[in-house]
Amino acid sequence: MTLSEVTNISGEVGNFNVTVKEAPRYVDMDKCIACGACTEKCPKKVDSEYDAATGKRKAIYVKYSQAVPLKYQIDGSQCLRLTAMAKGKEKLPCGFCEQVCDAGAINYNDTEKTHEINVGAIVMAPGFEAYDPTNAKVWGFGVYPNVVTSLQFERYLSATGPTEGHLVRPSDGKKVKKVAFLQCIGSRDENTCGNGYCSSVCCMYAIKEAVIAKAHEPGLETSIFYMDMRTHGKEFDQYMERAKNDSGVNFIRCRVNSVEPQGANGDLRLSYVNNAGVQIEEYFDLVVLSVGLETPKHVLELAEMAGIEVTADRFAKTKDFTPVTTTRDGIFTAGAFAGPKDIPQAVVEGSAAAAAVADVLAPARNELTKEAVFPEERNIAGEEPKIGVFVCHCGSNIAGMVDVEAVEAYAKTLPGVAHVERNLFTCSQDAQEGLAVRIKELGLNRVAIAACTPRTHEPLFRETLKSAGLNQYLVEMANIRNHNSWVHDSKEIATKKACDLVRMAVAKVTFSASLAPISVPITQTALVIGGGVAGMTSALNLAEQGFVVTLVEKSAKLGGNALKLDHTWSGEEVAPQVAKLIDQVNWNEKITVFTETEVSAAEGFVGNFKTTLKGKDGVETVIEHGAGVVAVGADAYQPTEYGYGEIAGVVNGIDFDSADKAGKKNFVFIQCVGSREEGHMYCSKVCCTHSVQSAIALKKEDPSRNVYILYRDMRTYAQREKLYREARSLGVMFINYEIHGKPQVTKNGDVIDVQVIDHVLHRPVIIKADMVVLASGIRPKSDFKTLSQMYKISLDGDGFFQEAHAKLRPVDFATDGMFVAGMAHYPKPLEESVAQALAASARAATLLSKLEVTLDAIKAQVDSSKCDGCALCVDVCPYHAISLLEVKATAEGAAPTKVIDVNKAKCKGCGLCQATCPKEGVAVAGFTLQQLSSQVSAALAI
Amino acid sequence: MLDNKKIGSVMIVGGGVTGMQSALDLADAGYYVYLVEKSGAIGGAMAQLDKTFPTNDCSM
Repeated sequence: MTLSEVTNISGEVGNFNVTVKEAPRYVDMDKCIACGACTEKCPKKVDSEYDAATGKRKAIYVKYSQAVPLKYQIDGSQCLRLTAMAKGKEKLPCGFCEQVCDAGAINYNDTEKTHEINVGAIVMAPGFEAYDPTNAKVWGFGVYPNVVTSLQFERYLSATGPTEGHLVRPSDGKKVKKVAFLQCIGSRDENTCGNGYCSSVCCMYAIKEAVIAKAHEPGLETSIFYMDMRTHGKEFDQYMERAKNDSGVNFIRCRVNSVEPQGANGDLRLSYVNNAGVQIEEYFDLVVLSVGLETPKHVLELAEMAGIEVTADRFAKTKDFTPVTTTRDGIFTAGAFAGPKDIPQAVVEGSAAAAAVADVLAPARNELTKEAVFPEERNIAGEEPKIGVFVCHCGSNIAGMVDVEAVEAYAKTLPGVAHVERNLFTCSQDAQEGLAVRIKELGLNRVAIAACTPRTHEPLFRETLKSAGLNQYLVEMANIRNHNSWVHDSKEIATKKACDLVRMAVAKVTFSASLAPISVPITQTALVIGGGVAGMTSALNLAEQGFVVTLVEKSAKLGGNALKLDHTWSGEEVAPQVAKLIDQVNWNEKITVFTETEVSAAEGFVGNFKTTLKGKDGVETVIEHGAGVVAVGADAYQPTEYGYGEIAGVVNGIDFDSADKAGKKNFVFIQCVGSREEGHMYCSKVCCTHSVQSAIALKKEDPSRNVYILYRDMRTYAQREKLYREARSLGVMFINYEIHGKPQVTKNGDVIDVQVIDHVLHRPVIIKADMVVLASGIRPKSDFKTLSQMYKISLDGDGFFQEAHAKLRPVDFATDGMFVAGMAHYPKPLEESVAQALAASARAATLLSKLEVTLDAIKAQVDSSKCDGCALCVDVCPYHAISLLEVKATAEGAAPTKVIDVNKAKCKGCGLCQATCPKEGVAVAGFTLQQLSSQVSAALAI
Repeated sequence: MLDNKKIGSVMIVGGGVTGMQSALDLADAGYYVYLVEKSGAIGGAMAQLDKTFPTNDCSM
């Protein structure tokens, strides 16, 4: 439901009544085919929201060219006709869009609609808005045209943006030579904007924008002005190092307070103190403000209406053990509304919210969803080809450049063609219905569609075939639009090429056969490896959703690393929550727990895994499961530096929690011990917050204590920033050090000397400490490799488990049916582990809730009469889907023969085997040699 | 209790990456989903990004 807003929520968990107000679109979604004729004619230009006001759109527009739904809308506040109508004028202007719309989709009399919807649960994922620096004045945004926001800069870099990716100054179109990024605009700044929190994402996107900008404009100088570089995400630090060392991005630790114009030519002047402590004035062509994220006003109103509480930083209030649960029962939250975060974490929470909803609504699963019902399929085996060809005009998209009548006449001459017709839009609903009628009336047994791309439209035509009782694989598309009318400017040539493409499609579809759907049964149980908070959360959620779960823990006790923690960052006590989780897991009848047990072997594939567990006593148990969750945690680094283990009083962060601090006055924390350095170039993410929390506790207990934190970048990201503020206000001293100037720790009688170079004083200082706390990092476990080999799931360069896609599939493995959660994936704080664990359950549940997985029928098929088992294809298959079988000889005394076998669940239909096979012994269904050679012959037969 | 019967549908408010992921996972697990988006098309803020780390994939 687009253009829609929730205006009221009543009822309670399991049964809410939601009022949704749908604004008029003024365009009939069923009729609009997004040809774009209306936008071309529309005379009214408006700033484009999509381009962050760097470009223009029309009053009738589509948000962006790949929008879903790809349907135009009229901006009622800008449209000349609609504004005149609203004023009650009699003579109405314009109306061009209605005149040019061949589909008749424009409806100026469209009205607002109200829907009452009954749902069991609600997920609030309304997102953020970028901070608007206009009112802050100091950075000159809105005054100097060459000061832009990072979102605008993103649009300038984009090929679909206002300058098609060319980096030129907004003021004069001059090529940009020097660009400055100012960090923390609208973040970590209570004075200018009241946003005390860190927005979490700006450091990383600024580096990305700088690197990409340099790739666009060789020789471009880029400088990032920052307070702390917070690149705490997976592989982010490596990216920053590459930006520094390979791309040559400058990093300057200084908060720039104002932007001044230099003369009248659009140049901008920044005054700052450089890394050596020298006051500098420097000129830039362009200044990019790295704006933070904030919760929009309308979302705060929505939260108030929904009765859910928000934090002091104006994000949805949640708890660390239930990170997607709001303060109102049955309403969940995810994404940037639950705190500023990057894309992967937002996607994780999206899945996590799904899991939390499923926990509540499990009894009602499948009650309201409907399976589409199709008529029985006609058997066309043995029939002579009776091909129907449908030529699409696509409005004027095709018909404007191709003589469609000539194509129609030509198609009629092709062998096997029984029927040809033209449609204004073959994809429109009425044309689809017509297509189904023709198939039935004329007994067509193959269909060729001359229109656009199968990427977007083949699924639609396949459905239409199914609805007409024809096998869905009996359709072929000829792309006479994207590959033809859009790229040629001669009607004669385009028409000729359209005929060629139609001839090829007809030639191929002549030899198409009905393909049976392939499905693989699913064992509806899960195996969760690892009994820490992530593993237990995942297991419990799956069990609550009704699935049988086996939970394996290597040690004797459930709880994992959380057993060593006192408090979460927000101050929640860990021990009682972990004890509760352990209890729930132990008492849940759907969960079987194996402690002191390890995975010793694994085989199988999605829906059908077989894992062997081996107990301490050597007893083996084989578990069959449809999905697996890897939540094996990570290890704490045991320092070998700074006198750890040699000097009494040098401890690590976890030991310090329980250490005796009575009577001690001077404390020094050293950050990044074993993190962010050669061989371990990643941030352990939790140590800054942990040290700051410990420092606060020390000062609160005894304000006369001297507490120092020696850091490289303080990474109290997102809403944790308030802890950093509190520590400073309590008098904790923060001293920055660089990787090449690490502190020196030596024993000096009863005290410990810590020497560090002070970057304000620019000289070494010695702190006499009673205790030195090493914020030691997090390391992958030594047995990750074995597990990775057993399930064929990969590890990243740092040795943690590698997800399928860094942004969009953050809990899936590339191996279907396997998922990752918690610190096994990357160091992370507790609430992020919980969210990822819930997400893993949600992803596993999408699989386990089905009895079988239906697979595309485009798979490799073996012709055992031709395959001689040479096994060349076995080596080239990138999915390890082909194995070599030995077949017993039928005649006595004869040698056994060999033949390959394709695992249909693993095969992706790529065709490498077919291309490799010298004997035509294997072919991909739907792309047989007969089909392809027929198509190629048709292409050459001019 | 009969009157405590739960409804097997969910409303997701917001059609950005987060909301879409939630909607897909819930629909795939057997719940009817209403995805409510304020603007004219789903996609959210990510659709405005040029390229994303680390693959430099186009955000679409």
